[in-house]
Amino acid sequence: MSEPFLAVEGLTLDYSTKAGPFRAVDDVSFSVDKGRTLAIVGESGCGKSSVAKCIMRLVAPTAGRISLDGTDLAGLKEAQLRPLRHRFQMVFQDPYGSLDPHLSAQEIVAEPMKTQGLRSKAERSKEVARLFDAVGLPSTSLERRAHEFSGGQRQRIGIARALASKPDLLVCDEATSALDVSVQAQVLRLLQDIQQETGITYVFISHNLGVVQEISDSIVVMRRGEIVESGATADVLQTPRTDYARTLRRAALDPSAMTGIKPRHIVSALAASA
Amino acid sequence: MKTQTLTPPRGDSATTGPLLSVENLCVELMTASGIVRAVDGVSFEIGRGETVTIIGESGSGKSTTAMGLLKLLPRDLAVVSGDVSITGVDVLADRRAIRKVRGRTVALIPQDPMTALSPVLTVGSQLCEAILVAGRAGSKAEARDRAEELLRKVHIRDPEAQLRKFPHQLSGGMLQRVLIAAALAGEPDLLIADEPTSALDVTVQAGILDLLLEIQEANGTGILMITHDIGVARLVSDRIHVMKNGRFVESGDAVDVVENPRETYTQHLLDSVPRLGAWDESAAPKEG
Repeated sequence: MSEPFLAVEGLTLDYSTKAGPFRAVDDVSFSVDKGRTLAIVGESGCGKSSVAKCIMRLVAPTAGRISLDGTDLAGLKEAQLRPLRHRFQMVFQDPYGSLDPHLSAQEIVAEPMKTQGLRSKAERSKEVARLFDAVGLPSTSLERRAHEFSGGQRQRIGIARALASKPDLLVCDEATSALDVSVQAQVLRLLQDIQQETGITYVFISHNLGVVQEISDSIVVMRRGEIVESGATADVLQTPRTDYARTLRRAALDPSAMTGIKPRHIVSALAASA
Repeated sequence: MKTQTLTPPRGDSATTGPLLSVENLCVELMTASGIVRAVDGVSFEIGRGETVTIIGESGSGKSTTAMGLLKLLPRDLAVVSGDVSITGVDVLADRRAIRKVRGRTVALIPQDPMTALSPVLTVGSQLCEAILVAGRAGSKAEARDRAEELLRKVHIRDPEAQLRKFPHQLSGGMLQRVLIAAALAGEPDLLIADEPTSALDVTVQAGILDLLLEIQEANGTGILMITHDIGVARLVSDRIHVMKNGRFVESGDAVDVVENPRETYTQHLLDSVPRLGAWDESAAPKEG
């Protein structure tokens, strides 16, 4: 059997604090096959974004392996990582803070191609136009700067930038959390379309179970740096087996599942179980 | 003495009429690109013990409606027109009238608990200030006692110790409870909650909603809830107004609006929320 496309084994990350080391990620293991989506869910402080930072090698893990298509990223030095970086990219949570306000939209999207030394200027602008089209941004907006776009459009710019270096793996950290529900639905559809077309692999980090159900094949539930439950998305969401996963499931307010309920009653029960 | 003249008589206009009556409210904002009508003729009422929710996406005008009727928009940038009466006090006609009711009859619970409090003052000093401004304590010591009592009311343990802390030392959920306590300082008849749980984890959200409903049950408080979350709206509201481009596109009983929406926009909003569907709460714990 061939190794999964992304395999994380025994991943551990300590942050140093005044009070001594703080273990943000504690012996976390999971894997994703090529062209699939794994979701990491949990509440603020559970370590899900720290896992993302480790995979992206924005931080060096304290221990463990991060095997991407057979290469262990965990131990590599920056110089060794650089030629590989175009293969794994990230879409950030905040569409307002993650784009350089000085650059035009096309400069933002072209930046990764430039740093990779890919393509001539003419080729770059052709590729930027293709990416704009792929993420549904109007070609008339190439010259505009980040602040002239809506939140949903900015997130599309972030996605276009992440796709610019033709990655095999995209890590999306709460990529739709700051968006309105209708815009969120569009962005999720866009990500699904791109995956079908290119066979890209996603690690999708979110606190929103509804979103995760929509986009992922498998789920890892994290709490206090550890994995408390994992499995196929349908299994974890329909038959959660740990108390914590059930609490999360209960707390996700699904308007479609609220027929005939007494609000005060359900809210108290929720509060008591949380 | 001062509270006598400042507080509208309870049980008078408060019980006969609605707590809040809004008629044809318009808010026009002066922007660089001209005048924008952010709120375009909305009307609604909230009675004692009722929760009315305005739901909408960003830019729909829902928060501007709340800020407009509280007269919290900058006077030189926003023109507010229409009729707004809070427990019978017309707050738009008389410029100074809002000061008679704000904090005492109506109080705001702001959106982001992490930034709503000053980082350089303790929780206690900020809460005491709210109590003193609302005229609910005669001395600092009295305000301190009242602050402890309020924190107990919002289920914060060891209030004396919490009052000495700075905002960054408390979690988001705790800070939202502090803000609710501050809103309760003036014993208001009406609470305006602007996305009170949007910045919080889902498990914390339930506790805050529960607290708001508990306060409502105990005091008959009316609540105007502003949210983008249909799940939250469905849970806590008696009536829902769906807002888009400054107007209410659909209004009705909370159950009706969510279960049988009449407008395509409402349906579109509902369709955009990913469905989780049924689940088995009794699934056996995994072995080992």
